[in-house]
Parts: sequence; C-alpha cells; structure tokens
Amino acid sequence: MRSIEKSLDKFKEAGIRPIAISVDSPEESRKLAEQSGYTFTFLSDANAEVIRRYDLVHAGAGENGKDISRPAEFLIDSSGTVRWVNLTENYTVRARPEQILEASKVLK
Amino acid sequence: MTTRRFNWPLWVGFVLTLAAFFTYFAVFVWFPVTRDFPWATLVLFAIAGVLLFMGVRRGFAPDRPHPTRSKIVTSIVGILGVFVIGVFVFAMFIAARWLPASTGAPHVGQRAPDFTLTDTTGRQVSLNELLTAPVNGSAPKGVLLVFYRGYW
Repeated sequence: MRSIEKSLDKFKEAGIRPIAISVDSPEESRKLAEQSGYTFTFLSDANAEVIRRYDLVHAGAGENGKDISRPAEFLIDSSGTVRWVNLTENYTVRARPEQILEASKVLK
Repeated sequence: MTTRRFNWPLWVGFVLTLAAFFTYFAVFVWFPVTRDFPWATLVLFAIAGVLLFMGVRRGFAPDRPHPTRSKIVTSIVGILGVFVIGVFVFAMFIAARWLPASTGAPHVGQRAPDFTLTDTTGRQVSLNELLTAPVNGSAPKGVLLVFYRGYW
C-alpha cells in the first residue's frame, strides 16, 4: 500500500486507478488511510463476497477465524478485461509498482 | 577469582536476536528490498547465532564462578534466542506460504467479475464506474485491483 501511494503520480500519469480491497470495514480503512496518508480508494468487502467471486478467500486466516482475502493484484483494462494478474506465493512478497507500471504498458 | 564473569557473547547475542526480530517489523518491512527476502534480518540473526553459540560454550566452561547457575541461565537464554530465530524463519518462509491456490481467480484475457462495494466515505462504488471515471483528466486506461489481507 505504501509503495503504491508513493508511486501514485506515476500511476496517474499512466492512466491507472489503484483500488485496495479487503474485508476491513469502511471505518477501519478510513482510519488506516488517515494514519498512513493513503489517498487512493479503499473498498470494503466485509462479507468477502467479491473476494469469493475472485476466488481469493483465505478461509479462517483472519482474526477469530474470519475469512479474509489472500494478497493478489489484477490489472483490468477499460473494457473490463483482465490484462495482468499477480497471485503471490508468499504474502510478505507483493507486486512492486515498477512491475505493475511495466505491465500497464500494454493498455491502450 | 576470574575476570570472565560477565558472559557478554551470550547477552549481546540475545539482545541482537531480539533486535533483529523487531527491526524487521519496525524498519525492514517498509523497503521491498529487505522485505521480499529478509536478508538484512537473516544477517543479523546469523551474527546473533554465532554470539549465542559462543555464549553457551562460555557458560558451560568449567571455570565459571557459579557453574550450576551459569549453566541454567545460559541454557534458558540460548533456547529463547534459538526460539525467536525459529519463530521468524517459520513465519517468513513457511506460514507466509500457506495461501489458497486460487485456481478460479480471473485469468488474463477473462472479463473481470463486476462488483459494487462501499468506499471509506460510505459511497457505493462499482467496477464499471471505476473503469470510466476520469483519471488525470481523461478516461482511465485501467484499474489496478489490490486485494490485501486487511488489518482487522
């Protein structure tokens, strides 16, 4: 999240809109964004419905055995087609902005 | 009397072990180069491990002023140190890989499933809207969806 925020200008320049999605409530995300200075959009999928639709549920991995999302990134073009996917094998390893910006070059 | 009373390798090794553990989360996690593969933390752990090993050997040497106490303290500190290193290695290299296969996740070339979710201001936002609302004054080229574990 921090690296995305730092590269926000580059994403803007590339015409890419970054969106963060988790099971956190809007209130929790608002606090996080405020504390950490994040200015891009955070969406709340409290019941993990969209996370399930994207087959990203990490069952029972949250607090009190709550279902959460596994880390994943998708680049979607303006027609709604997936153009790049990153499903990390280790949740400490996330996609870097350079990688995503490189992948975004195929978008028209 | 001996001048080798204070077992410094043991204690320095132990403090360094704790420092290595906490600095990962306080410092190194913020930089992809030390987060994706925690080499800086592992280097610190390696140094700490050598010191702990030296400390344990020293603690079990026959010339300690209080041999029994020395052995007990040395054993406890040594085991705690190894335990901290073990917890870190386990969390980073084993537990962090326990992720679902996600074979049904949208593939490249597929249509991204639509959704409508609530943003931090309570507004309902759809994927379609995200794909059409202007970025930097013109139509967006795309949307980057970042799914994350959340902070609960």
